[in-house]
Amino acid sequence: MKKTIPLLIVIVGGLIWVVWAFSPHYVLQEVFYNQFYLPWAYASASFAMLLGVLSLTMMHSNKIKMRAPKWQYSYFFFASFVITCLAGFIGGIQKGGLFMWMFENVQMPMSATMFSLLAFYMASAAYKAFRARSPEATVLLIAAIVVMLAQVPLGVKLSKHLPTISQWILDVPNLASKRGIMLGVGLGSVATSLKILLGIERSYLGGD
Amino acid sequence: MSFELFSNLVGAFFTLCIFSFLYKDNPFYQAAEQMLVGISLGYGLVYTYNRVFVPYVYQTIIIQHQFVLIIPAIMGMLYLLRFSRKLGWLSRYPIAFSMMGVGMGVPMGIHAAILVQMRQAMVPIESFNLFLIFIGTIAVLLYFFFSKAHKGVYGKFVNVGKWYMMIGFGASFGLTVMARISLLIGRIQFLVNDVIGILK
Repeated sequence: MKKTIPLLIVIVGGLIWVVWAFSPHYVLQEVFYNQFYLPWAYASASFAMLLGVLSLTMMHSNKIKMRAPKWQYSYFFFASFVITCLAGFIGGIQKGGLFMWMFENVQMPMSATMFSLLAFYMASAAYKAFRARSPEATVLLIAAIVVMLAQVPLGVKLSKHLPTISQWILDVPNLASKRGIMLGVGLGSVATSLKILLGIERSYLGGD
Repeated sequence: MSFELFSNLVGAFFTLCIFSFLYKDNPFYQAAEQMLVGISLGYGLVYTYNRVFVPYVYQTIIIQHQFVLIIPAIMGMLYLLRFSRKLGWLSRYPIAFSMMGVGMGVPMGIHAAILVQMRQAMVPIESFNLFLIFIGTIAVLLYFFFSKAHKGVYGKFVNVGKWYMMIGFGASFGLTVMARISLLIGRIQFLVNDVIGILK
């Protein structure tokens, strides 16, 4: 009951999915997929979001309760979460309301800035990593510089051939390496999926 | 002060709060970081409610009377028992239901990540570039084949795969950095044009 039935759901359901991918039969395509799986998946998926909310809320309330380092900032989390929810649930999600205003003027600028910060950290990490200590690192450094320079006007001013070289790097060696990696990833993911389907891999069920 | 300017000033304030981390970790950054998490979570919750819960749970069960969907709704609620020590095992049911999709991943994964890539790699070698791509793909694949020691001629050939990957990683790194730089330019343009420009 605790582990066997969930395992059976995965194995039997998974095998039906395998057959679904190969068979255009009405029962599989319409009854199983459209009438059973999709509505059931949508109906249960919305509660998964609540799990995330509960998890973060518990983490922050524990932080406050335990007076963990930087616990005061958890109040900012709660305040912004509650205000956003109230704005969305009471005011609605249409453009012009508080909810969308907060998204456009608080959330979006902050997340864009957060990602742009990475430019600085990537530059400093690149300096440490790329100090051309080995021939391989040198190749990586040259490929990165060529691709970066080819995208800015300065690069084109330095050499008119730079965009062509950059495109060649992307189309030939980059394509070959990505394809090789993709094939490896594909084989690995299929092997892992088969392990789950056959009940060999059960870590997703948790302990006990 | 116009509403647009006020909105831009709010955006500028939070942008500067995040940028302040470049100097050092400080209370403004910490507060802004937590607010970003809180707002993102609230945004996700409200959107899930409006775009998933209302059309696929509330409307289907209450308005369209498809009462069979009460079963997956209750099953979804079992997710929340994940935190219970006694009833935590019940959360395995919705997890198992979502893991069923792994079955679809097998044929789809074989098709998208293996067969399509192999088909594209096995085109007639009509140019030097196609030859380089073919050699590179084989060399990269063999680089991750550890059942044979990377020694001798085989080791040298496998080493070619490493060089290909270094070029690939360099290209990916360059593209990622440029994407981040363009975001940075966007933020600076916002501060200069939309905030300082209007203030002038």
